[in-house]
Amino acid sequence: MTEVLPVAPRDPRMRRVLVTGLSTYWGGRLAQALEGFEQVEAIVGVDSRAPRRELERTEYVKVSNQHGLIQRIVRAAEIDTVIDTRLVVNSLAMPPRVAHENNVIGTMNILAACTGSDSPVRKVIFKSSSLYYGSESDDPAFFTEGMRRPHPPRTALERDMVEAEAALEDFASKNPDVTVTNLRFANVLGPDVETGFTRMLSLPLVPMVLGFDPRLQFVHEDDIVHALEHATFHEIPGTFNVAADGVLSLSEAISLVGKVPAPVLPPWGTGLLAGPLRRLGFRIPDEMINLLRFGRGIDNRLFKSSGFRYGYTSREAMIKFGEYLRVQPVMKGVEQGYTYEREVEEFLRWSPHVRRERAGHEGVDADREPLGI
Amino acid sequence: MARSMASHRTSLAHTEESPEREDGGDRLPERRPAERLRDLLPAIEPDRQLNDWGRSERVEGVFDRTIVEFFYRYWFRAEIEGIENVPAEGGALLVSNHSGALPPDAAVIAKAIREEHPRPRPLYITVEHFFKSYPGFSMLIPKIGCVAAHPANVQRLLYDEEQLVLVFPEGRKGTEKLYKDRYRLRRFGRGGFVEAAMRAEAKLVPTCVVGAEEAMPVFAQLDFMKKLTGLLYFPITPTFPWLGPFGMLAYLPAKFKIRFLEPIDTVELGGAEAAQDKALVQTVAQEIRSRIQESLHEMVGQRKSVWFG
Repeated sequence: MTEVLPVAPRDPRMRRVLVTGLSTYWGGRLAQALEGFEQVEAIVGVDSRAPRRELERTEYVKVSNQHGLIQRIVRAAEIDTVIDTRLVVNSLAMPPRVAHENNVIGTMNILAACTGSDSPVRKVIFKSSSLYYGSESDDPAFFTEGMRRPHPPRTALERDMVEAEAALEDFASKNPDVTVTNLRFANVLGPDVETGFTRMLSLPLVPMVLGFDPRLQFVHEDDIVHALEHATFHEIPGTFNVAADGVLSLSEAISLVGKVPAPVLPPWGTGLLAGPLRRLGFRIPDEMINLLRFGRGIDNRLFKSSGFRYGYTSREAMIKFGEYLRVQPVMKGVEQGYTYEREVEEFLRWSPHVRRERAGHEGVDADREPLGI
Repeated sequence: MARSMASHRTSLAHTEESPEREDGGDRLPERRPAERLRDLLPAIEPDRQLNDWGRSERVEGVFDRTIVEFFYRYWFRAEIEGIENVPAEGGALLVSNHSGALPPDAAVIAKAIREEHPRPRPLYITVEHFFKSYPGFSMLIPKIGCVAAHPANVQRLLYDEEQLVLVFPEGRKGTEKLYKDRYRLRRFGRGGFVEAAMRAEAKLVPTCVVGAEEAMPVFAQLDFMKKLTGLLYFPITPTFPWLGPFGMLAYLPAKFKIRFLEPIDTVELGGAEAAQDKALVQTVAQEIRSRIQESLHEMVGQRKSVWFG
């Protein structure tokens, strides 16, 4: 599926975008960012939960992963680009059954909604995770896109990831005229997103497995949004790893955020201990247990060869995160969260009384130059 | 924060299109895709203490100044021949014979290059995957320059990063062998190391080590203890297991001699295209094995005393 390309050509067409998983961090940030681009004509976001970010012109449709309904939306709105950001990569976020429903069945439904000879969809971008590769003792030091995981998946979540990607690959082979871009993201770091690692690093004593110092790679949350944008505006079919430059060892990461490492987890039977620890507040997801021993390095060069440049290295992302952790106690409660109010949003979008010719947008990246095409 | 990197990294994905990339579209297809990927390797961040392989200059330095220095200079009194055969630049794969329950040969070869070579370079030592899953080892081993012996790792080191890599094709079969089989090379794996070097078009440097066999003679291997402890093997040596784990480090003061033989240029053998040729790969592996074996016989023959050389 993957091959080396010359720097990806830009695709200057106007486009109509569907973002799935609008209530997730990535879906919300991406929709906000896309609003700033002139050549994005329409943005429709679907999710079963309301968005958690303030959106200007994105249309939110409350729908779960039912392919019939999504297909009607896709056809009616003549969607040509589908960006799937729904994937859950933290097993503590929801019960395994719900995660499976979302990750595997949901992916199949979204892809089914894009199929059909009369489907307007020309591009599918899928947000996957480097969990796909797993973490074992005989792994290569850097995973490249062509590598399959050397062992069968250990946890339910990793199994889901493999199944979801299989569905995507199947879709790509059956729809050769659709550009399918699969992005495998490394562990995310950033103030606005909660993962097993961000939670672990905010503890005063960061648990480590005794006798292990895994190599880990991260990616800053802004880079994830930019990577999804990059895939939206460039023709890059295939699978790509998205991970910042530089592999940190866990002890190095802990010292960068200014915490104290606590090698308290036993080297054997870590999994058995994880259950009781979770009750005590050390919430370590299953898929992280092997990662805390063996780590994972990812080769990010293929995506860079398509013209993408990262804003942060792993180290810089970690330092930024450390800064946030220090400010967080001071900032707590100051910021008001955003809540979606259907009536207000509808008034703002459709009421004839609202003046619409406003200069600029107030999305996160409003200060950025949209693509000059 | 890493000022030097700002020059070639832009903060945003596509707002800043560098001019050479714009016109690069015409030029790029002439080069091999892998060469382009090589240019995209992450830059080295000067403030970091570890590199991407987990190697730590600080930890390595501590070992180098103390225990390795002691063994190299005073205990084994290592003597080096043919250091000029180790290339000063470009990727090169050092191929050596292997012995000793906790083999001292790798550390001595690395130290020899640091000490004797006119342009010393770090040496990456390929080790068994086993070490990554053993607590303690897993933490220490990458910090002193060991990487798992995975073909992808060797390819990245040799081709992309153009580093020196040390490989023991005998692998575990070499360290398991008993004292009575000393200086008899075991099978050289399946020739994977030759294939890796050819794919990376790196030079192959056959290396002979004399002395390591006597520094830690293995008299027997206990299979049931190996199963019991989960170790790779459980040898009986003059000091192990009698002195406990430290017995692993209690080497006898044998005189070390290291000889680097003339390098083999894999480009002349056909380079990356010929790496698929299994027959050629096997022939080259055999050739290297017999060169090392021959040279070992010569060195052992010339040696007057195991302890004084």
